[in-house]
Amino acid sequence: MAVKFELNGKQVSADVEPDTPLLWVIRDTFGLTGTKFGCGIAQCGACTVHLNGLTRRSCVTPVSQAEGGMVTTIEGLDGKEARAVQDAWVGIDVPQCGFCQSGQVMSATALLKEIPKPSDDNINQAMAGNICRCATYVRIRKAIHNAADTLEG
Amino acid sequence: MQHAVYSLGGAGLIAAMAFLTLGAANVASENGISNETLKSPEAFKSISDKSKRSVALFNEMGKVITHPRCMNCHPKGDSPLQGMNMQKHEPPVVRGAGGMGAPAMRCSTCHSDENVTFMDSEGSVPGHAVWRLAPPEQAWVGKSLGEICRQLKDQKRSHMTLAELQKHNATDGLVGWGWNPGEGRTPVPGSQKMFGELTQAWIDTGAECPGG
Repeated sequence: MAVKFELNGKQVSADVEPDTPLLWVIRDTFGLTGTKFGCGIAQCGACTVHLNGLTRRSCVTPVSQAEGGMVTTIEGLDGKEARAVQDAWVGIDVPQCGFCQSGQVMSATALLKEIPKPSDDNINQAMAGNICRCATYVRIRKAIHNAADTLEG
Repeated sequence: MQHAVYSLGGAGLIAAMAFLTLGAANVASENGISNETLKSPEAFKSISDKSKRSVALFNEMGKVITHPRCMNCHPKGDSPLQGMNMQKHEPPVVRGAGGMGAPAMRCSTCHSDENVTFMDSEGSVPGHAVWRLAPPEQAWVGKSLGEICRQLKDQKRSHMTLAELQKHNATDGLVGWGWNPGEGRTPVPGSQKMFGELTQAWIDTGAECPGG
């Protein structure tokens, strides 16, 4: 059965079982490998994408739930918040190994879209499900504040 | 609110990694079978005193109400619990608006419209279309069954008449999830139909609450 949805602004159709994890489809069917497999049980955040504008752990999202929806991955992330986050990440060299960072960037961007000037608490709450094995948490928080400052002008 | 990983840095990281092991173990520790049964209202007919029968009926309902499957999302405070041991939810999420989580970390970030069985390991992520925390005025954790009973009868806190409460217990989909909690999770005892019948019988006998 084909599942149809919008992936990074383009209409796509995946001929897969409806319970196939969205992550599998993104990576294996469409070759977008920026979204990572970490734990497979929605505990690490490495697989975070946006589904209809909200963060989703794609490793535990059946692709059927994306039917007719809009999926954005790290490859298709765009807009002023995304650019501010990416610039801030580069600006202070947030990543160490980098494996978790696409998930971190997806969550950080989603946060700034909803709260342009987040507090430390807002950041803690939004990012609590994105684990970083290299413990770059201090830089992640700093970069989100920097991105918010950029957005503020 | 403090979050382990962000507030503790490296130590939090170790805790987080330890959790990944513990969390998986917790999921695997449940056998998916409820050891308790739920008696029907008929079983209480021998109690001639109507008030005592009503209390007994609510005590039976308490097997459902106080089950971790239900209590975990009626927490004291602003974070859900998880597992039969009612441990703190991981990741450390917060209630947020409408009990649906914080911006960029809503319940729906992980919880879908349905239970989702893991592809590569045992267990599942629980889910329902309206997955959320019960409101703070319906916090049950740390309260006696009598206190919960009085809370349910207080419309200022339950926002329901007794008739609406009966319908809620008998037909609400999120309540019903307790009997269909997904792979690796022990369901609440009995059935939602039986829970609804017990609720009706409790109301019919005066909706008396246990002491304490």
